[in-house]
Amino acid sequence: MEPQGVGTGNGKVVIRTQGLQKHYHLGAETVRAVQGVDLEIAAGEFVAIMGPSGSGKSTFMNLVGCLDTPTAGEYWLNGNKVSELSDDDLARVRNRDIGFVFQTFNLLPRATALHNVELPLIYAGTSARERKERATAKLVRVGLGDRMGHKPPELSGGQRQRVAIARALVNDPALLLADEPTGNLDSETSAEIMDIILELNRAGQTIVLVTHESDIARYATRQVHLKDGRVERDFLNEMVGV
Amino acid sequence: MKETILVALAAIRANALRSVLTTLGIVIGVGAVIAMVALGEGAQRRIQSQIERMGTNVLTVRPGQGFFRGVASGNRRLDEDDAYALRTELGHIYDIAPELESRLQVSYQRWNSSNSVVGTWPSYYDIYNHSMANGRWFDEGELQGRRRVAVLGANVPEDLGTPPGLLVGRTIQIRGIPFEVIGVLEEKGGAAWMQPDDQIFIPLSTAMYRVMGNRDRLRSIYVAAPSPEQLNAAWADIDRVVRRQHRLPPGEEADFSIQNSSDILQTFNESNETFTLLLAGIAGVSLLVGGIGIMNIMLVSVTERTREIGVRKALGATKTDILLQFLVEALVLCVLGGVLGVLAGVGGASLITRFASWDTVIAPQAVVIALIFSAGIGLFFGIWPARRAAILDPIDALRYE
Ligand SMILES: Nc1ncnc2c1ncn2[C@@H]1O[C@H](COP(=O)(O)OP(=O)(O)OP(=O)(O)O)[C@@H](O)[C@H]1O
Ligand SMILES: [Mg+2]
Repeated sequence: MEPQGVGTGNGKVVIRTQGLQKHYHLGAETVRAVQGVDLEIAAGEFVAIMGPSGSGKSTFMNLVGCLDTPTAGEYWLNGNKVSELSDDDLARVRNRDIGFVFQTFNLLPRATALHNVELPLIYAGTSARERKERATAKLVRVGLGDRMGHKPPELSGGQRQRVAIARALVNDPALLLADEPTGNLDSETSAEIMDIILELNRAGQTIVLVTHESDIARYATRQVHLKDGRVERDFLNEMVGV
Repeated sequence: MKETILVALAAIRANALRSVLTTLGIVIGVGAVIAMVALGEGAQRRIQSQIERMGTNVLTVRPGQGFFRGVASGNRRLDEDDAYALRTELGHIYDIAPELESRLQVSYQRWNSSNSVVGTWPSYYDIYNHSMANGRWFDEGELQGRRRVAVLGANVPEDLGTPPGLLVGRTIQIRGIPFEVIGVLEEKGGAAWMQPDDQIFIPLSTAMYRVMGNRDRLRSIYVAAPSPEQLNAAWADIDRVVRRQHRLPPGEEADFSIQNSSDILQTFNESNETFTLLLAGIAGVSLLVGGIGIMNIMLVSVTERTREIGVRKALGATKTDILLQFLVEALVLCVLGGVLGVLAGVGGASLITRFASWDTVIAPQAVVIALIFSAGIGLFFGIWPARRAAILDPIDALRYE
């Protein structure tokens, strides 16, 4: 099987999966959440993963995000085979190469926005001064330069998600993963968040985003539709942006 | 590492009340140990200095075999006749003083107190190196006459609500029997159960025939040799006289014991060790309970923060990072408890000294050991919850509600 490459990026391959599978065992039953996905995503692409509920989108994202290890198949990130790494090596890969944005934000509620954004740098062993500088820069970039000392409960949903985006970017990751980042936001705030994400992609950031809203998927340069854990359709968006 | 400690401190501060309650077990355990060790140490020093002051030339005859060692077999008591026999035969070489002791009700006007009353001979004063603050000690004539005269320890006037100077010449009641106060002693200082300053001294004959109802079972007889070199000779002399008194054939096991000061010190040290061991047991149990409390709260903390753990892992925290975070939290909790415990122990010891006037000595080693021990408790009881946090699956943790 040849990986399907539709290719809208600059040629350097960021993600390559081959026969990627993830099975869950529930008693005697086996749930095949992902069953044989071959996919190639190049640097600079903005890919929307779509599909009905239960089609394996989140499971696939977790594999791509190195939060989970595949039952079978292989996965190369930036040319390195990561499908067989140990837990701690995976943690390092997540820290260095991947930025996550979650539907539920997943910020530490008692820490300030600044501290939340600094978190990945703490685990990277960055010095306190550099941490503060870089975290501040990212917060300014998502438009929260004046909210750095606020804690998540004092921020709106859209602001929280912007903190999460700043946090995902602070390590300058090769790959930004977002699983339904607008799922908890109203349509206006969703548009604001998508504008930020789109702008990041225009600046060259590789992005994979899970959504089941075609409005959101339209921001992407490419759409991959999953069904029953397999790629059903994979195509480029003709019109980019709004 | 600094970050890890800051995170731990923040977590502890976020649940300040819970954290304080959790460490209470450790605080009480450590505090009790520090206070009790201080008490034991103080008693030890005091006894040592008392024995040194009493001199190394005093032998103590006690009924029964060894005092703490083994079971005291002899039912044969030590009585006044034994003391008189010793005085008749050896009185020209040695100072001899029997001792009879009982805790009795003492009153003066509207004041009441319960004191240890010692019946003895005039020679007791020299053997114990006492000195008078007011008045005088009783004499041989008063002993023979069974006179109702009393000499008070330095603290007794306060118990009776009257300055020492005003008490001399007054009449107090011991067990309802009127006694004339003829003197008050200089302060001696006390240790554990030996409190000469709280004692009242009366002639032995008065004690036996007027106060304690013909009780003639002596607690001990003191024999002071003129110099330490004569102790061996004195030992043999005493043994010979008391054996004859008790009609023991040579070779038969003695039903009394003769101890010198270092024997007494050793006996005391042995009982002190037993006391320390008992203490260590109690401390161990309370620290164990404290440790289990820490483990419990850490498990709760790990469960509560499952999602946080997931987030941290998604952002690149390794198992070691998470393990350290929770281990440091447990460690900080325990060391905090240890420090509070040391403070409580030091405070408790000074209260004991203040109100019970028992000597206490805070040994730096005890403080260091207590702190190291509480850190050890933190590590031991923190490792399991921390490991549970470390091995959490990031996806499960992120999904946790
Ligand atoms: N931990 C798990 N244990 C067992 N089955 C699981 C587990 N996680 C996912 N599944 C199953 O795998 C399949 C795919 O789940 P997944 O979460 O990837 O779907 P999804 O496409 O993200 O759906 P949604 O749009 O609702 O988020 C589902 O049938 C789900 O029940
Ligand atoms: Mg999903």
